Amino acid sequence: MTPPDDTGAGARPGRAPGARRLTGHRLFWPAAVLATLLLGNVALTHDFFAVRVQNGHLYGSLIDILQFGAPLILVSLGMTLVIATRGIDLSVGSTVAIAGALACEHIATAEDPGSLSTLTTAIALAVGVAAAIGLLNGLLVARLGVQPIVATLVLMVAGRGVAQLITDGQIISVSSAAYKMIGGGYWLTLPFAVLLAAALVAVTSLVTRRTALGMLIESVGGNPVASRLVGIRAAGLLVTVYVLSAVCAAVAGLMISSNVSSADGNNAGLWIELDAILAVVIGGTALTGGRFSLGGTVLGALVIQTLSTTIYTLGVPPETTLVFKALVVIVVCLVQSPVFRARLSRRRRTAAPEPAAGAGDLTARRQEVHP
Amino acid sequence: MTAPPTPRTPTPAGRPVLEARGIRKAFPGVLALDGVDLRLFPGEVHALMGENGAGKSTLIKVLTGVHPPDAGTVSVDGGPRRFAQPLEAQHAGISTVYQEVNLCPNLSVAENILVGREPRRFGLVHWKALHRRAARLITELELDLDVRMPLSAHSLAVQQLVAIVRAVDVQAKVLVLDEPTSSLDRDEVAQLFALVRRLRDRGVAILFVTHFLDQVFDLCDRVTVLRNGRLEGEYRIDELTPVTLVHHMVGSELSTLDELAETSRPGTAAAPETAGTPFLSARGLTRAGSIEPYDLDIHRGEVIGLAGLLGSGRTEAARLLFGADHADGGELRIHGERAVLRSPRTAIAHKIAFCSENRKAEGLIGELTVRENIVLALQAARGWTRPLSRARQDEIAARWTEVLDIRPADPEAQVRNLSGGNQQKVLLARWLLTDPELLILDEPTRGIDIGAKTEIQRLVGRLAAEGTAVLFISAELEEVLRLSHRVGVLRDHRLVATLPNDTTLTPDRILGAIATGATS
Amino acid sequence: MAHRALRVIAAAALAAGALTACTTEPAPTGTAGGTGKGSSDGTLVLGFAQVGAESGWRTANTKSVREAAEKAGITLKFSDAQQKQENQIKAIRTFIQQKVDVIAFSPVVESGWDTVLKEAKNAGIPVILTDRAVDSQDTSLYQTFLGSDFVKEGQEAGKWLVKEYEGTSDPVNVVELQGTTGSAPANDRKAGFAEVVKGDPKFKVVASQTGDFTRAKGKEVMQAFLKSHEDIDVLYAHNDDMALGAIQAIEEAGKKPGTDIKVISVDGIKDAFVAMQEKKINVVVECNPLLGDQLMELAKKVAAGESVPRRVEVKEGVFTQDQAAAALPGRQY
Repeated sequence: MTPPDDTGAGARPGRAPGARRLTGHRLFWPAAVLATLLLGNVALTHDFFAVRVQNGHLYGSLIDILQFGAPLILVSLGMTLVIATRGIDLSVGSTVAIAGALACEHIATAEDPGSLSTLTTAIALAVGVAAAIGLLNGLLVARLGVQPIVATLVLMVAGRGVAQLITDGQIISVSSAAYKMIGGGYWLTLPFAVLLAAALVAVTSLVTRRTALGMLIESVGGNPVASRLVGIRAAGLLVTVYVLSAVCAAVAGLMISSNVSSADGNNAGLWIELDAILAVVIGGTALTGGRFSLGGTVLGALVIQTLSTTIYTLGVPPETTLVFKALVVIVVCLVQSPVFRARLSRRRRTAAPEPAAGAGDLTARRQEVHP
Repeated sequence: MTAPPTPRTPTPAGRPVLEARGIRKAFPGVLALDGVDLRLFPGEVHALMGENGAGKSTLIKVLTGVHPPDAGTVSVDGGPRRFAQPLEAQHAGISTVYQEVNLCPNLSVAENILVGREPRRFGLVHWKALHRRAARLITELELDLDVRMPLSAHSLAVQQLVAIVRAVDVQAKVLVLDEPTSSLDRDEVAQLFALVRRLRDRGVAILFVTHFLDQVFDLCDRVTVLRNGRLEGEYRIDELTPVTLVHHMVGSELSTLDELAETSRPGTAAAPETAGTPFLSARGLTRAGSIEPYDLDIHRGEVIGLAGLLGSGRTEAARLLFGADHADGGELRIHGERAVLRSPRTAIAHKIAFCSENRKAEGLIGELTVRENIVLALQAARGWTRPLSRARQDEIAARWTEVLDIRPADPEAQVRNLSGGNQQKVLLARWLLTDPELLILDEPTRGIDIGAKTEIQRLVGRLAAEGTAVLFISAELEEVLRLSHRVGVLRDHRLVATLPNDTTLTPDRILGAIATGATS
Repeated sequence: MAHRALRVIAAAALAAGALTACTTEPAPTGTAGGTGKGSSDGTLVLGFAQVGAESGWRTANTKSVREAAEKAGITLKFSDAQQKQENQIKAIRTFIQQKVDVIAFSPVVESGWDTVLKEAKNAGIPVILTDRAVDSQDTSLYQTFLGSDFVKEGQEAGKWLVKEYEGTSDPVNVVELQGTTGSAPANDRKAGFAEVVKGDPKFKVVASQTGDFTRAKGKEVMQAFLKSHEDIDVLYAHNDDMALGAIQAIEEAGKKPGTDIKVISVDGIKDAFVAMQEKKINVVVECNPLLGDQLMELAKKVAAGESVPRRVEVKEGVFTQDQAAAALPGRQY
């Protein structure tokens, strides 16, 4: 009973075919929402778009959005692939905390905190443990048939406890310039975190679209029964996406802890899984699996981060912040919903006089037989 | 299709109960309907005919409020209506039974019939009344069903009947039946027709969509024919013959007509070489609860038909040969060597292909494109690390779209927007691309139009001639006889006979085997 | 699509609650587990329901309570609520069943305690609140409140600011990083500060936003403040972690924390003293978690039926840069 996604777009009077093609593009609505938010900011803060060079790197609100959005982009990236397989990964927030905690703990207790080898070990440790977490999630889902929401819930809850155990409930501060680079450093005047996120997005989209991985993931998510009958090894794919998701979360965790040079087992990545799911949905990937859009997810994550920044610059009182966020998100979801748009335009159309459509077709009838 | 026009009630006069004018409907990449008209009068059975992709299903969805039309009007009792959703159409007295059963398998028969309008007492569901009312409706239909059983306990055919009972219970002025008979056996069809006639006599207007010509001549009063999304014409059945009706449907494609006229079965074609090691050999292959142990040899170039009633174990037998289900007893040899099919993947590696009867649920990935659906099996076999290049995919998709005449000829169209016959062709293309040595076709022609059906039948013959083994499952005995070298007959989850298709094999003999289990 | 998402999220939240709930049955950590009134050997039994282990401050608080109990010879039954009220209520009920002598707890939130506290009262078990208050009308439900006065902390911060800018009449632009919205320390530290600075029109709070008491959020919000407000003179952060995050943001904006932008913070964790020594923080108003000894003393008194003041304040100080170096080695948290 699902109507084709572009219900009613076929005969909207008075709209050029070019415009229709534009609004029909899957990235149109997330991009439009992002543009609206950014323009709204410019209207309120005139130098919002201003980017200048300071201390040898770019400096401005846009740069902030990118930098703080980078971890969310990464988490959402992995989440997109998981959701495309009809799954969901609730454990990413805990993975963020564990990765940051492991890396900082390692660096803080190392003999030579500043050295490159310490850094490499710290990163390898964090990513390795995250991969193990992803493997566990993937095996629970693919081999034991546990529902993804349940399988990953286990680590969502327990994982934060693990992170607290690693940090002993404390906030671990580290002073390693090399580690600071990951989330807070700059390279070629740009925040390194942004470059890292961009690189990972590029690699992921190359791997999914240049190999058959993307198509097979969409197939498994779109119709698991048919995918089995067509000979796709779904188990391997599922494990792969959960591992990828956890690794993305780990890199995000490194970024978040590196940015403030400290690991906070309690608060790092708290609720980021929900923001990531929202980013994926805003980006136009359905929670029911199947077709996914990495570009849309990046836009979705940027929408969420821009919204946060907007709240800070706008001076929305903290008591009403959540209401404000909720309203924007509701509007975004409504605008994205084809059903809602169709209903809106139908209302507009019925208000206008009914077009005398089809009248000319009567003469085209051949062999009309009146009973 | 040679059924003589039966005497019928006088064609209804007066105002149409349902009228559509100038309906236009487009989906991304497909203009499904372009200025179509339809009139339904009270007390008539009206056939809606057309080839696959002609727009029959879309028109029904517009009439029943599933899709709003892009242009045109739908009137009920003379008043223009705009249905935003199916429920509104239902309230206006238009009930629909779709081709694919849309019920809840885990609810009981009674709940399925009355869901949404359960009798209530003190605000709670009055279960006793619910079961009583459902049972009464079932009896009216002369069916024998326990209404408390979950729907999933019944065969697809019975589920279809339940869907009809559900639609009938709504006080309908118009009953739309979309391919209701494609999964019913003869007795069930007769049962259904009896009910349809009773409803007609009560003044209900029935819109009947089917591919079976003889059913149209048996049951209907008038017919509206669509072609390529346009109205071809509206006719009285008694003014038509099967041949002229087909002519209206397919237009100038007279070669197809010739083939249809040829009613003799070509089962006497040169038999393949059956000496030596068969491609596949099953001995005592079984799965508890789904199919009794059976033996079957399939040679290269051989077409084996599987006949039997719905639920007789035809599909279940085939699924074991594809590893879709695990056999829990017996032995399977491929090229004479023992093989254990753990999964479809293993079977595919042995060059076996399987087109499921359930295209939507088990075959296609609806939101992927035609191109992606076609290359999927080949790509799955290669693994994700060895992708087919986009150029290669485009070339494959273009070639198969042309070879099988898939319409629209747009490899980038979403496959769920295609009509049933074209979807079937996409599935065929997918498997032919893997160059299978055994092709298992489960009801490949069900619910698709005559043109596509003939093409698929011809394709089966050609594949066999080229050395492919084919296992052909169909409820239509004529079709099985026309194509097969040997016919396996199933009855109550048991392969009761494997009959060579010589001149002595007739539909009656097969029916006898199905009915009694005896082969004489 | 959206409502499906909400359903999933709601389900996840519910399940998360359920899971955490079952992992937090209070586990007695004391040695004696007496079932009668008090333990069999006559030592005092104290049930302590902690908020969680959400920060270094809290961990130091827990440690202090544990150590003080041991030192005072009091049997401690300790429960960690993982920042959930329902866990804490469950823990208190368990204490009542176990018939402990005194119950002490740091309420996760301010409201919703009347029922369970009445149960304790009916069972004749005195209750001591530590660190955070409850907003109950019925003051007979607890004996005393031992903890910091957050309003006073805010006032101290404000007083320092007024003194610092004595003698000038130039406008002073202040930005404020609030704690978690709705929490008592955030509300009170904001109110106390505002009360003091509103007396002088030259002080202007140009932006105030929550930083959730975390470094990451503190940095993120400060970075946005720096973009939208050109001329920030003072930062007032409700805790040290947010101040430490914000300092990084100030440095990245090319300004010197402590000089270009003066930094006022609350809590007094070790890292803050290090930053103060480096002249990046100007002043820290202490919020002392080491209330274990005071708590044990009060517990003994209420168990013996002695009268205690309704409000006992933890010993706290205000530290400036010149005191930082001297105080640093003694910081325990």
